[in-house]
Amino acid sequence: MAKLTIDGIPIEVPDGTTVLEAARRAGRRIPTLCYLENVQAIGACRVCTVEVEGARTLVASCVTPVADGMKVRTNTRRVREARQLVVDLLLSDHAGDCQTCVRGDDCELQALARELGVRQVTYAGEKSRKYLDQSTPALVRDSSKCVLCRRCITVCNEVQGVAALWPQFRGFKCVMAPAFGHDLEEVVCVQCGQCGAVCPVGAIVERDQIDEVWAALDDPRKHVVVQTAPAIRAALGECFDMPPGTLVTGKMTAALRRLGFDAVFDTNFTADMTIMEEGTELLTRLKRALVDRQSVALPMFTSCSPGWIKFMEHYYPDMVDNLSTCKSPQQMFGALAKTYYAQKIGKRPEDLFVVSVMPCTAKKYEAQRPEMNGSGVRDVDVVLTTRELGRMIRQAGIDFAALPDEEMDAPLGLSSGAADIFANTGGVMEAALRTAWELVTGRPLPFDKLHVQPVMGLEGVKEAGITVTGAKPEWSFLEGVEMKVAVAHGLGNARRIIERVRAGEASYHFIEVMTCPGGCIGGGGQPRFTTDEVRRARIAAIYKEDEGKKLRKSHENPQVAQLYAEFLGAPLGEKSHHLLHTHYERRSRV
Amino acid sequence: MESGCCSCEKGREPTEQELLARLDEVLDDYAGKAGALIPVLQIAQGLFGYLPETALKRIAERLGKSYSEVAGVVGFYSFFTTVPRGRHLIRVCLGTACYVRGGKQVLDTFKSELKIDVGETTPDRLFTLEVARCFGACGLAPAIMIDEDVHHRVKPVKVRELLAPYRADAKAEVA
Repeated sequence: MAKLTIDGIPIEVPDGTTVLEAARRAGRRIPTLCYLENVQAIGACRVCTVEVEGARTLVASCVTPVADGMKVRTNTRRVREARQLVVDLLLSDHAGDCQTCVRGDDCELQALARELGVRQVTYAGEKSRKYLDQSTPALVRDSSKCVLCRRCITVCNEVQGVAALWPQFRGFKCVMAPAFGHDLEEVVCVQCGQCGAVCPVGAIVERDQIDEVWAALDDPRKHVVVQTAPAIRAALGECFDMPPGTLVTGKMTAALRRLGFDAVFDTNFTADMTIMEEGTELLTRLKRALVDRQSVALPMFTSCSPGWIKFMEHYYPDMVDNLSTCKSPQQMFGALAKTYYAQKIGKRPEDLFVVSVMPCTAKKYEAQRPEMNGSGVRDVDVVLTTRELGRMIRQAGIDFAALPDEEMDAPLGLSSGAADIFANTGGVMEAALRTAWELVTGRPLPFDKLHVQPVMGLEGVKEAGITVTGAKPEWSFLEGVEMKVAVAHGLGNARRIIERVRAGEASYHFIEVMTCPGGCIGGGGQPRFTTDEVRRARIAAIYKEDEGKKLRKSHENPQVAQLYAEFLGAPLGEKSHHLLHTHYERRSRV
Repeated sequence: MESGCCSCEKGREPTEQELLARLDEVLDDYAGKAGALIPVLQIAQGLFGYLPETALKRIAERLGKSYSEVAGVVGFYSFFTTVPRGRHLIRVCLGTACYVRGGKQVLDTFKSELKIDVGETTPDRLFTLEVARCFGACGLAPAIMIDEDVHHRVKPVKVRELLAPYRADAKAEVA
């Protein structure tokens, strides 16, 4: 332990604690810019500078460990002026189109300038070259707004293990970019958008497609339907200053109706469908392996998360057969909306316009994959992030907080609690187990509130083993088998699991992977700023939504049963195969 | 290309495949070793004369590094180049000492004499012009390097004289 004073406040903290952390514990907030809790402390921006008695210069508090007897001062003239100078210099090489910048209302640089009292930009001079990268369907990069804080680099390399971005070139020409400053489209990038989620400014943002949705809504020939992913309802409120973890399912539905959508549906519905298809696929693979002694790709991986899919295609092309062939709930929805639902209302697939609201930027990429046209036309026309929906609601002048709670439309709007939890890391696994267990044994999953505790929470890699007892006769081959499952969130964690499986150090039957830390609730399209505290609040809200529902299991959803009876036949049937399943590419690693 | 390839027939430039095979041998030695990237890049540039994309991607793959990181290192050091260079590389130092003692004027003279800009190669591929940051010859500033030879206290009027022997050699070869 070290005893020190911060602005005269005595505090005792464990050795190795940084001055920044110690100050926060002492109730002194030191401003930061490049710092990212638990992820990055590199002292690059110098905004967190403080005075330490006896030190020759000011020090960056995020990288300075405490020492016994240290006297720290966070608010002296010297400190204030140094911080102002740092921000002044950053602004001197900043685009400065703040009125029209999409990050105008949540820009950390702008907030810092205000907080520190920087009221003018003192230094005029040469500015960095503006380079706009619009090469991908998901992300737009603007080098003229970048403050070189390197948060994107750290997240892309260390959290996601994708390494699309790295500092390129040197000195004034230095940019945070793909190899040699090329476009993202030319390199391995999974378009997860975690770079944009941590960007303090508007240097990496999602491709804004709001106008495309307005155009469709204004087109009288189009029947425009919308689906919202499970994670939206636990985060959209944050766009309207509600605390993280506020459930806004009813208000969100009301807002979508007021925006003019012809039908308000739920991706949750096809999340239930995913469980039916993916659960059946898993049991079929197990039967082929255990009974028919065929060679089958196991463990099976979930396939809901498009960033994860692209990651597998690039880094483990020899394992794409291990991915479930199920399309993601978003794409299942698009295919069913333009066939099953279109038929019901007497329309052709091309008369429908399907909009998704996703917590995700990679979903924009997924929707335009060439194979995603099961209906004969593109299944999902436009994908909006949670943030874009928030902006659209503002554009429409809707007072979100004052909206009444409304219900989603039939038939694609009804869902179970198992679908809600698709938003959380561990949720797809739990939803699958709720259904698979009951299918095999005829009894409900024997856990408190149906929760599979070992796969819940923010641990990076989670595992569980459940031994099957009392299997029904047709599933007797599973009697006594320990079903081993694992869950990873964040692609770095996914890589860890895969490497262990490949090295023969671990073996599982089923593995859930979500691209983003925390799962979809922490997606690259969610409102900023997503810390672990925010993740926990959103996760708790989702479980609350699940527990509040009468229907808790996907196979109990009556609309799902009706869809199979009226249209699809059985899970993994021919129509399902055509509309709800897909195939993957083998891509190169560099 | 000056760096001959011993496994190839004499009098013929090695093909890219042959050079990549040589690079693979180098990578066999370096793979798994810490701090391998920069030495491997130097050797690769010696082999190819520059660092082509195929070589860089091979290096990234074999050393288990991302292509973006490899590119970041290549772009950081002015010694590395991703475009083919001329037969002779002229590097004019613009470090502080050389700059204040007229390095800039020397550079401008090279530019006008060769009719190329910094980073470019003459159409006959005889010379490439680059800027360097200090050879450690500050006491004898301004300094330049042509290939491995350092020239001290260079004056703009001497530039043509410095180039003459290389031009003469090239002419003799053609004849």
